[in-house]
Amino acid sequence: MVRQVIAPGSAKTAAPRRQMNGAQTLVEALRRVGVKLLFGHPGGASLPIYDALYDAQDIRHILVRHEQVAAHAAVGYARASGSVGVCTATSGPGATNLITGLTDAMMDSVAVVAITGQVPRPVIGNDAFQEADVTGITMPITKYNTLVMHPTDIPRAIYNAFHLARTGRPGPVLVDIPRDVSQEICEPDFETVPHLPGYRPVVEGNPNQITEAADALSAAARPIIYAGGGILTSGATPELTALVDATGIPVALTLMGKGAMDEMHPRCLGMLGMHGSAFANWAINSADVVLAVGVRFDDRVTGRLKDFAPHARFIHVDIDPAEIGKNKPAHIPIVGDAKQVLAALGPRVRAPQIEAWWKQIEEWRRRNPFRYRQRDGRISHQYVCDLLNRLTGGRAIVATDVGQHQMWMAQWYRCREPRTFITSGGLGAMGFGFPAAMGAKFARPDKQVLALVGDGGFQMTLQDLSTAVEHELSLPIVILNNGALGMVRQWQTFFYRGRLSSSILRNPDFAAVAQAFGARGIRVTRPDEVEAALTTALATEGVPCVVDVHCDPEENCLPMIPSGQSVAEMILDE
Amino acid sequence: MSEIAHAATISVLVQNAPGVLVRVAGLIRRRGVNIHSLSVGPTEDPSISRMTIVVDTAPERTEQFAKQLRKVVEVLRATAIDSSPTVDRELALIKVNVTPGTRLEIMEIANVFRANVVDLTEKTMTLEVTGKGEKVDAFVQLLVKYGIREVARTGQVTLVRGAQAT
Ligand SMILES: Cc1ncc(C[n+]2csc(CCOP(=O)(O)OP(=O)(O)O)c2C)c(N)n1
Ligand SMILES: [Mg+2]
Repeated sequence: MVRQVIAPGSAKTAAPRRQMNGAQTLVEALRRVGVKLLFGHPGGASLPIYDALYDAQDIRHILVRHEQVAAHAAVGYARASGSVGVCTATSGPGATNLITGLTDAMMDSVAVVAITGQVPRPVIGNDAFQEADVTGITMPITKYNTLVMHPTDIPRAIYNAFHLARTGRPGPVLVDIPRDVSQEICEPDFETVPHLPGYRPVVEGNPNQITEAADALSAAARPIIYAGGGILTSGATPELTALVDATGIPVALTLMGKGAMDEMHPRCLGMLGMHGSAFANWAINSADVVLAVGVRFDDRVTGRLKDFAPHARFIHVDIDPAEIGKNKPAHIPIVGDAKQVLAALGPRVRAPQIEAWWKQIEEWRRRNPFRYRQRDGRISHQYVCDLLNRLTGGRAIVATDVGQHQMWMAQWYRCREPRTFITSGGLGAMGFGFPAAMGAKFARPDKQVLALVGDGGFQMTLQDLSTAVEHELSLPIVILNNGALGMVRQWQTFFYRGRLSSSILRNPDFAAVAQAFGARGIRVTRPDEVEAALTTALATEGVPCVVDVHCDPEENCLPMIPSGQSVAEMILDE
Repeated sequence: MSEIAHAATISVLVQNAPGVLVRVAGLIRRRGVNIHSLSVGPTEDPSISRMTIVVDTAPERTEQFAKQLRKVVEVLRATAIDSSPTVDRELALIKVNVTPGTRLEIMEIANVFRANVVDLTEKTMTLEVTGKGEKVDAFVQLLVKYGIREVARTGQVTLVRGAQAT
C-alpha cells in the first residue's frame, strides 16, 4: 500500500486561525490528507457538508444512485490505487446503506473512510427522524469509528481516520458528524496531529524468527509459499518475486492474493482453495514447510482445518498479530509488514534441493490443468474468461461480482501486475463487481478496467449505470448470464439432490436495459459472436458497454473442495 | 455462580473514552463467549481505566482474546493472565435476614471471614466481604440458610504479583 505521510499542515508559522463552520472544516481537513475524490449521496443531515463541497473545486464528488455503490466504489478505488477510498452518506438510511460495503472493506482489509451525517446533537438518542445509531451499528465492521461532538475536533478525527485506515492492517473507518456540528462556526486548528496512544502497528519482523524461517525454508524438501492480500497491501510483489527467483520455491495465491505475483511466472501455481487448481491444493497439502504471508487461513482455503497441509511446519508472516495462530498454530510466527519481512528473509534463504518436488508438481499440473469444452453450441463461461484474459493480456484491472463467474475468472484470468484483480473475497457480497469497477476506473482512468458480473449480482446494483453514463466511463461490463444464481444452483445440484429452490432467474434484456440508461448494450448468444463483442466492448470509449453473454446454463465450477472438507474429497472435472 | 467450566482472566488498560466498554464487550460477545465478570475503574492516571474481565473460555483461547482486544484502538494493553502469580480480589455486599436469635451466629461467621457489618436493622444485616472469588462464594453459601435478601458483587480485580506489570 502506498504510504502517504500525514501532512496536516506545512506552514511553520502559526497563521491566525480562520473562522469557518464544521462542514468547511471537514472539507479542508480532507483536502489536507490528500482527498481528490469521494463517492456519495446527500441527505438532510449531510446538507451542510454538501454545501461546503459546492465550493471545493479540487475535491470531486461522484453522485451515486445508492449508498451501497458509494462504499463498494470506494473499495474499488482504494484497491486499484493503493490510496484511501472515501464515501459519504446521510444519517439513518443513508448510513445503513453503507453497511455491506464497509463490511467488505473490513473483511478484505481495505483502506476506506466513510463520513456520515448524523442528527443534531440535542436529539441524538431520541429516535429523531432519520436517526440510526451508526457508530453502534458499525462497531464490529470498522477498524475504528467515532462520533464527532465539536467542530474543532474534526481535523484530528479526520487525520486519525486516515492514519488508521491506511496503516497497519488497513480497514474502514467511519466518522459520524451531527448536522449541527457541521453548521457550527469554529476556529479549527489544522496543525493538530493524529493522537492514538493505543495504536502501534509492528512492521519489522523479529530477526531471530526470520533467521529461523530462513533455515526452515533452506532445509525444506517440499516448501511452498502461500501468499495473500497482505502482499498487495504492503507492495511486497518485488520482494516476493525476488525470493521465488532466488530459491525456486513454488507459490500458491489466495483469491485476495491474485496479482501478488505474475501468474505467468513458471513458479506460480495460481489460486488455491475451494475452487483453486488441483495442483496448487495437492502441493500445499504435501508440503513440509509452508511460508504463509499476508493470509489468514480462511476456511475457503483450508477446508477442514485439521487436514490442511497436515505434514507442514508453518511460518506465518502477518502485520496483524491476532491472525497468527488464530486458525492454525504457527511454528514460526513473524509479526511484521510483508515487504519488510520478505526483504529481510529473502537473502538469508539458501536455495533448497527441490528438483524432485518440482517434478511432482509438474506432473500434477499436467494431469489436472484447468480445462473446458464448449458443447452443443453453448457458450462456456470459462471460454469467456479465457478470452478476456487473452484479449487484455492479464494487464487490465478486473472487478468481479460473486458466484461461479467470480471463481472461473479467478481460475482463468492470469494477473500480470498487482492490484489488477478486485473481488469481494472475505464477505462475498453480490452487487460488488460493477461499483468496484467504477471506483477502480475513477482511480485509474489511464488503465483498461472491466467488470465481470453474474446476471444475479448485477441486478443488485445496476441502477448505477446512470453514474457510469453521466461520467462517460469507458467501462466494459461483461455479464456471464446463465439464467441462474449459478453458484446456488451448483450447490443445490451437488448437495441438495438437484432441488433447484429459487435459484433460476427470469431476467430482463440486459442490452436493452443498458441502452435505456444511455449505455451501449450488446447481446451475445452464439460462441462465434463472443470474441467480436468483447473486442468491441474493450475498445468502446466514453460510455459503459454492457455485454450480455448467454452462457451454458448447466456449467459447474470445478475443481471444488466441498465446504468443510479436505483435498482428499476434491471434486475434479470429468 | 462458580460452576464455570473455565474461567480466564484478562486485564485490559484502556483510554477512558466513550464507547470503549462496548467495543471490548462486543469483541467478546461476537465470539459467543460469556463474560463471567467485568470490573472497570480508573487507574492512577484518570485518563486510563483498567478493566478486569473474567470470561468462560478455555485457557488456550485466552491469548487470542487478548490479541483481538489489542486491536481496539483505545486499548493500551491487554494481558491474558495465565500462569503468573496474581492477587485476585472481589468485594461483595450481602443483605441477610436476622432475628435476635441468629444475629450473633452470623457475626461469628463474619468474623471468621473478616467481613464487616456495614448496616443493621431489626430484620436485616448487611455484610461486606473482600477476597478471592472462592472465599466470597463460601461466605455466601454459609449465609444461605439465614435467608439472603440481596447480593451485590463487584467482579474480580486482579494484579500480577511483584514488580512485573499486569
Ligand atoms: C448479497 C448476497 N446475497 C446472496 C449471496 C449468496 N450467493 C452467492 S453466489 C450466488 C449466486 C450469484 O448468481 P449470479 O450473480 O448470477 O452469479 P453466478 O453464480 O451465476 O455466476 C448467491 C445468491 C451472496 N453471496 N451475496
Ligand atoms: Mg448467474
